[in-house]
Amino acid sequence: MIREDFKEILRLVRPGSRVLDVGCGEGVLLDLLTQEKQVDGRGLEISAAGVAACMSRGLSVVQGDADQDLDHFPDRTFDYAVLSQTLQATRRPRHVLDELLRIADRAVVSFPNFGHWRVRWSLLHRGRMPETAALPLPWWETPNIHLCTLADFLALTDELDVRIDACAAFAGNGPARQIDPTKAVENWRAETCLFMLSRNPAPASPLASAEPPAPSGDLFDG
Amino acid sequence: MAELDFAGPVLSEGGTWRFPPHQPLRLDSGATLENLEIAYRTWGTLNEDGTNAVLICHALSLDQHVAGVHPVSGKAGWWTRLVGPGQPIDPARHFIICSNVIGGCSGSTGPASINPATGKAYGLTFPVITIADMVRAQAMLVEALGVESLLAVIGGSMGGMQVQQWAADYPDKMFSAVIVASASRHSAQNIAFHEVGRQAIMADPDWKAGAYALGKSRPEKGLAVARMAAHITYLSEPALQRKFGRELQRDGLSWGFDADFQVESYLRHQGASFVDRFDANSYLYITRAMDYFDLAASHGGVLAQAFAGARHVRFCVLSFTSDWLYPTAENRHIVRALTAAGCRAAFVEIESDKGHDAFLLDEPVMDAALQGFLSSVERERGLSK
Repeated sequence: MIREDFKEILRLVRPGSRVLDVGCGEGVLLDLLTQEKQVDGRGLEISAAGVAACMSRGLSVVQGDADQDLDHFPDRTFDYAVLSQTLQATRRPRHVLDELLRIADRAVVSFPNFGHWRVRWSLLHRGRMPETAALPLPWWETPNIHLCTLADFLALTDELDVRIDACAAFAGNGPARQIDPTKAVENWRAETCLFMLSRNPAPASPLASAEPPAPSGDLFDG
Repeated sequence: MAELDFAGPVLSEGGTWRFPPHQPLRLDSGATLENLEIAYRTWGTLNEDGTNAVLICHALSLDQHVAGVHPVSGKAGWWTRLVGPGQPIDPARHFIICSNVIGGCSGSTGPASINPATGKAYGLTFPVITIADMVRAQAMLVEALGVESLLAVIGGSMGGMQVQQWAADYPDKMFSAVIVASASRHSAQNIAFHEVGRQAIMADPDWKAGAYALGKSRPEKGLAVARMAAHITYLSEPALQRKFGRELQRDGLSWGFDADFQVESYLRHQGASFVDRFDANSYLYITRAMDYFDLAASHGGVLAQAFAGARHVRFCVLSFTSDWLYPTAENRHIVRALTAAGCRAAFVEIESDKGHDAFLLDEPVMDAALQGFLSSVERERGLSK
């Protein structure tokens, strides 16, 4: 069974492209992308067990986290950088988003929408932090320190001058629904959102600046 | 020379390879070494396509006896947990090579060897060598063994330095690289500890400015102290505490300077047993090579430049949480350079309280990570499905 958001990512990613999966877990998505889209995939994962699982799948995954380790990738190393359900758990989401679009031409970002009607209802009716299918943990245990609504996210993309190439909404285990994220009703209806973003203006050839300069003379080669 | 040293029909070969007479080894210092000899061992056989060779690079105080049985001590090789029948590196599938570094004292040319020009042991007339010199000599051995491209170059600690040097100097001769608990350069603290060891050796009257081979005694006390100091850096405080704490050797204090505490007795034993198998001058030369190692410095100050030719090589870097000799930060520094160079790198920090020596000890997560990495590398090279 392939997760619905993974299906959507598989649909969006061009075959043979270079993909960085940030927070790749045990490498399920990277494995799918490698097998079905023949991508050149890399991953970043915070847990040692996750990295070990990725290594045995033959994936090139580095232990690290989105907040600190994206800075070390050169500009435009990838065609796509995927950040699935992790943005809201980073310490500096704005910086992370900025970095994703520095190291990749396109960012594929998904997050739980805090504007979903269940969340609003829970807060309004019970006066308690919402616990929903998309946000299952109590406030004192959740890793989600920077939750946002669909409208908040749109405002951030505006501020960063980022273009929205595609947007899909998910609810429960249902399939992806293509949406116009600027419609106010979607901020009520979408339980989780998935965006494909790129920088304005349109990206040039992805490989153009990714090549490090040729090595200088090798002192040790005699 | 061949011997059967595994249970089962696994042939271990090896011996000493001599550089051809017209082919001296040119060293980074500018000096050359003539009639160089490299002691090595191999296990398994090279397949027809020449794609299954694995080179293992040893650490400071180890040798070419990575697997099987050590011919002198009779003990098991130093990495039998990973190298041997049924292990991730298996003579049934791989052609395994391990050679003693030059400057060493387990059969390769080093300061204790006889200088053909004088007929006497080199001593301090032996030229200062570098990690790159060790690798250059290894590369010639590998070529002499008929291997054009190594499936993997693997090493921990100083072995990991050699692996990085391989990736910098011979990237086209390798398919993958495993760097365990290592660093791309020696820190001030690393150099400082080595200097303590060297000073201990040189302060021993039996050292005789390195010319002790002429006399009857060797600087055993100095070398033992050097080993004791170094050994502390290989362990973590929690491991020492767990193993020894403040436990005494016998009831009550001696009110003197005997080894009252178990940790003292342990270190003395480590020092005393080391002098039986290691040469003091070799210790000076090899620690110097490690201190001089700074891969970025020889590549315009940018470590990523060192790996620019290795973008096709698959890298695996492993570190241990309690290793304070080559801590995770140093290993991560390598990984970031690999990333910046566009290399395919996998990296994991393994939870362990055993300190730097964890790479030689029972660490199931490390074994699993290595096994996973190597089997995916083999699949990619068409050695398995």
